[in-house]
Amino acid sequence: MEPGTITFNLAVAIPELMLAVGAMVLLMIGAFTGEKSARSMHVIAVALIAAAAAVLVYTAPEGVVFSDAFVSDRFARLMKLLVLGGSTFAIAMSYGFARHASYGRFEYPILVVLATLGMMVMISADDLIALYLGLEMQALALYVAAAINRDSLRASEAGLKYFVLGALSSGMLLYGMSLIYGFTGHTNFAGIAEAMAAERQLGEIFGIVFMLAGIAFKVSAAPFHMWTPDVYEGAPTPVTAFFAAAPKVAAMAMMIRVTYGAFEHAAADWQQIIAFLAIASMLLGAFAAIGQTNIKRLMAYSSIGHMGFALVGLAAGTQTGVSGVIIYLIIYLIMTLGTFACILAMRREDGLVEDISELSGLSRTHPMMALMLTALMFSLAGIPPLAGFWAKYFVFLAAVQAELYVLAVIGVLASVVGAFYYLRIVKIMWFDEPESGFVPMASELRLVLGVSGVFTIFYVVVAGPVSSIATGAARTFF
Amino acid sequence: MIHLIVFLPLLGFLIAGLFGRQIGTKASEYITSGFLVIAAVLSWISFIGFWLGGSQATTYQVAEWMSVGTFVVDWSFRIDTLTAVMLVVVNTVSALVHIYSIGYMHHDPHRPRFFAYLSLFTFAMLMLVTSNNLIQMFFGWEGVGLASYLLIGFWFKKPSANAAAIKAFVVNRVGDFGFALGIFGVFVLFDSINFDVIFANAAGLAGTPAAADSPVLLSFLGYELQRDAAITVVALLLFMGAMGKSAQFLLHTWLPDAMEGPTPVSALIHAATMVTAGVFLVARMSPIFELSMTALTVVTFVGATTAFFAATVGLVQNDIKRVIAYSTCSQLGYMFAALGVGAYGAAIFHLFTHAFFKALLFLGAGSVIHAVSDEQDMRHMGGLRKHIPRTYWMMVIGTVALTGLGIPGTVLGTAGFFSKDAIIESLYVGQNAFAGYAFWLTVIAALFTSFYSWRLIFMTFHGKPRAPADVMSHVHESPNVMLVPLYILAVGALLAGLVFHTPFIGSHHEVGQLDPHYLEFWDAALFLGPTNTILEEFHNVPLLVKWSPAIMMALGFGIAWWFYIRSPGIAAETARQHPGLYQFLLNKWYFDELYDWALVRPAKWLGSFLWKQGDGRVIDGFGPDGVSARVLDVTRNVVRLQTGYLYHYAFVMLVGVAALITWMSFGGAQ
Amino acid sequence: MNVVGLFFYLFSAICVASAFMVIASRNPVHSVLFLILAFFNAAGLFMLMGAEFLALILIVVYVGAVAVLFLFVVMMLDVDFAELRQGVLQYLPIGGVIGIVLLVELVLVLGGLSITPEGADLVVQPIPDMAETSNIQAIGDLLYTKYVFFFQMAGLILLVAMIGAIVLTLSHRSDVKRQNTATQIGRDPATAVTLHDVKPGEGI
Repeated sequence: MEPGTITFNLAVAIPELMLAVGAMVLLMIGAFTGEKSARSMHVIAVALIAAAAAVLVYTAPEGVVFSDAFVSDRFARLMKLLVLGGSTFAIAMSYGFARHASYGRFEYPILVVLATLGMMVMISADDLIALYLGLEMQALALYVAAAINRDSLRASEAGLKYFVLGALSSGMLLYGMSLIYGFTGHTNFAGIAEAMAAERQLGEIFGIVFMLAGIAFKVSAAPFHMWTPDVYEGAPTPVTAFFAAAPKVAAMAMMIRVTYGAFEHAAADWQQIIAFLAIASMLLGAFAAIGQTNIKRLMAYSSIGHMGFALVGLAAGTQTGVSGVIIYLIIYLIMTLGTFACILAMRREDGLVEDISELSGLSRTHPMMALMLTALMFSLAGIPPLAGFWAKYFVFLAAVQAELYVLAVIGVLASVVGAFYYLRIVKIMWFDEPESGFVPMASELRLVLGVSGVFTIFYVVVAGPVSSIATGAARTFF
Repeated sequence: MIHLIVFLPLLGFLIAGLFGRQIGTKASEYITSGFLVIAAVLSWISFIGFWLGGSQATTYQVAEWMSVGTFVVDWSFRIDTLTAVMLVVVNTVSALVHIYSIGYMHHDPHRPRFFAYLSLFTFAMLMLVTSNNLIQMFFGWEGVGLASYLLIGFWFKKPSANAAAIKAFVVNRVGDFGFALGIFGVFVLFDSINFDVIFANAAGLAGTPAAADSPVLLSFLGYELQRDAAITVVALLLFMGAMGKSAQFLLHTWLPDAMEGPTPVSALIHAATMVTAGVFLVARMSPIFELSMTALTVVTFVGATTAFFAATVGLVQNDIKRVIAYSTCSQLGYMFAALGVGAYGAAIFHLFTHAFFKALLFLGAGSVIHAVSDEQDMRHMGGLRKHIPRTYWMMVIGTVALTGLGIPGTVLGTAGFFSKDAIIESLYVGQNAFAGYAFWLTVIAALFTSFYSWRLIFMTFHGKPRAPADVMSHVHESPNVMLVPLYILAVGALLAGLVFHTPFIGSHHEVGQLDPHYLEFWDAALFLGPTNTILEEFHNVPLLVKWSPAIMMALGFGIAWWFYIRSPGIAAETARQHPGLYQFLLNKWYFDELYDWALVRPAKWLGSFLWKQGDGRVIDGFGPDGVSARVLDVTRNVVRLQTGYLYHYAFVMLVGVAALITWMSFGGAQ
Repeated sequence: MNVVGLFFYLFSAICVASAFMVIASRNPVHSVLFLILAFFNAAGLFMLMGAEFLALILIVVYVGAVAVLFLFVVMMLDVDFAELRQGVLQYLPIGGVIGIVLLVELVLVLGGLSITPEGADLVVQPIPDMAETSNIQAIGDLLYTKYVFFFQMAGLILLVAMIGAIVLTLSHRSDVKRQNTATQIGRDPATAVTLHDVKPGEGI
């Protein structure tokens, strides 16, 4: 190979390049203006991500670049859009926190932008190395973000735990990758798939197990979920809101691409692993959440459970399943952001509160917020006709069509158990004696909550377009 | 007019019930009472129309209620003599009780509710007596049951009142069960529940010579019933309803307990009107009862037994209201006994007169209770005659009317004299198997009646005061608003028999020839079978029979006077000498205990067994509670995994990987 | 068995053994030293494969910089590792069982199959002949062309790591006097020196 003869169509990766360059520009601005620029940094970061999203939607072409390591297809574009949306709202929601010195660091939006970049690389990764690099990039940014309030012992502990366990999971992922590479001789997904098509060796399956374990850590699927409650609780709430939304989508997208892209011929094997992860996550999410009193911890278990439901669709191994997962992710993202907007609004004069009992009587002190949160809780519980119901409906439908009846039945039972703790919050809000009210909700939170609530309640109206988009994206793999 | 009569009480109920708080207590009282007075006056006008022979039986259609196939039910009013009599009784007593209550209840803070209930009761009772079909009658029947429940339990903070209300409701339910079955049976037999259709077809259904091998008409409890038997079963089922409502023997236990309600309620519901609904039902359904000698015999037997039984219990009761309550029970027994031998006119007449003097007695008793600061035990009264003379004389009038003071062979006498003597005489000539039995029991009961009535008077008003001094110092005559209703009722108690006996029961006449007065008055409202000649016969009984009630009355008065005035120690002495008998009577033949032991306790045991064991332990235990408890157990264990230690987390991850690896190595789809 | 094979087993055996000692050693300083030994042996393995650049970079960077930094940190922090390890015995049995299970399975599977002799053929990008291209050039050829994406990504990751380190550790304490070279240099006698006329016997 002659040096200097390779040319890439960089247009495919323009959104990523925008983020990378933008992050560095932001960094320079921040470094030279200091902490006082924290709030404007938030605004610029939102603008940057929004611009990247616009470019992604309107100009960036689809294609494969960088020696088949980076692919941009319909699936990738949809998932990136979700991630960008999640990040935008996460930064917007932390805007109000920028005025608090403890986490109002100008680095925070930059870290989110870089994490977003890592996620986009993960989503587009068509090569084990790209996958790993993207993963590490977003993970490193997230570790730091978790501990960004370094004066808080809890936040530092959360960041450290996340870092150590993340390193362990990265080790598993790398070990799996080395096995895959060793047995197939490829790092490229297409090459791996080709190599696996002929004959599957046990070593490859071990590689799949280790890789899926590493990725499962990122989507916080049981039994690789252990970090989730502690980190969600310990990290500053805006950071938790970010954790719960975009990274989950990115990791799940990566999981889809790995399973359907690289390991498509080993479907029978990874389906069992995914089914195991799904069952464990659904049950754990449902049961463990009941005992929680801290709403962030509760949301941690809730997200574990939801990832379990999403994995049900993945385990189906069909196009319906994939589109079900995509719909699930879309709805999950929006519901989660709305819920966290409510959690961020749980602020009294003397700071944020996180106990579920603080919500008591919310219907009387903040009727609109209570209404929206109730809709979100019903939706998370999966009660028709709200969005959450359709999310579950599609994945269970896929599972039934794939004759994974056990999985579907366990899923339905778990959602019954899970409904308990969502309804408990509703009960606390509507039937308990009110505590003193929260301070008025910030406008950016109102916006997020409003969009999320309206989407959740009126999902039926947009169900058709969402389904067709998801189906189109899922067709990428079939 | 009839619409006004029926719907004014409903209007009163709605106004007082819904807006009682807004319009205030006084307004509620005056509106409901005023409406009732208007209704009462109109009822009398209607009744006089029938009495003087101007009015004809009419049916007014109000609205269609339901129509399913051949099952057609209308809201309609059937106005004939029987209804007119009942309207007079119901509205007169109700109006007087309304007025009386203004005085009696004036300490109570919930008067609008009380008056609303009273009006509701009146409306339901009117629906009952005016109905032209069994369903509307059942509606009224249940309506009065509801109102009775509400009024007995009016002082709902008193546990005993609540218990009594529940007891009344439950015991009535037993009777209503029979009544409902009876209605079903009627529908099966006649394909209709309209009175016109039933009465028109009843005669053709039974009594024909081919009856024995007629087709099966009704299947009941596994028995295939042919015509006669079917009619009998239906009649008995209807009678079962009547027994419950009219507190007849075996289903009588609720009535004495119902005295827990305010006294005006006892006067209105549990003396004059509601409890006579059973009598009314049997009289109304006379075309069916007339077809079944068996059913009539049962009616006689139950009636006579009740008359005797209740009278015996009344002898020893100490609660002034309970004495009158057992008296009511006993008098209802007289009425049923008369119905059983076919003397419907006599029964209804007794119903009519009884309403006056029993309401008088109850309201008088209420006046007494009011005077002695809500004391009801006669042992703590005595010597009240001088303190409340008006009430005393009213009570005496009630008593002489009840005991039937009069001169046999003449037309001089109180209300009870005419109606009760008519019943005893008709029992003497009655043709069914239990007529003789009934005759003797009722004659003895007349003795008892006289005794306990005078005992009540003597214990309450004569002798030395036994009440505490501070109570005696407060004794006062009731206000006029309470006394005027007493005067009006007293007039009725004295004169009702004298004035109305001819149309109700006919006069002395030749056998084989029905009395024209009687026929003209009742005009087919009461049906008599072709072989029923009792109306002619009972006017021609031996002189001794005619005199027997009067003798008994005098005897009873004498004994009472001897026991309680002449030598007051004798009563206690007698009770001491016959402890078994005394206890047996005092405890009301141990019926409450028997029912408690045989029915209430097992039912409660079964209920609590099914509740605690069946529902609580089995269904809840393995169902909701068990599942949620297991869920919490699982939760507790899962949460315990979340120790917060880093190496535990890492370890869980490694275990997960190891498990997956192991599964894929050995269990997977290799 | 040729010399290459002999050295392979030598390096790998020492590497595994010293890796074990890193976690088994009671003294943290010893652990770091064993880590350095493991790095050396890994470098030796690289060397056997002909990747001399990587081997030397490993020694220079990991041993020369990272491990030495570790050593400083460990020595300065005075962490009582013995205390931290107290729970080890408690969890040793179950942990050991899990570890052995994993090990046995991996050995069974991978030991039987091995990275086959054809493994070398499978490698997409073989190491070029040393005679034609030097190691550094070969890496550079790939790194800046085919793998430029990965290279850039790695750079960004390092940037993130750097930001993270600064965010988490750099603190501007207001109560600490800092050296400001610009003001130091900018000083002149006119601003820095003042003369006081002190009268005798009065002091300042």
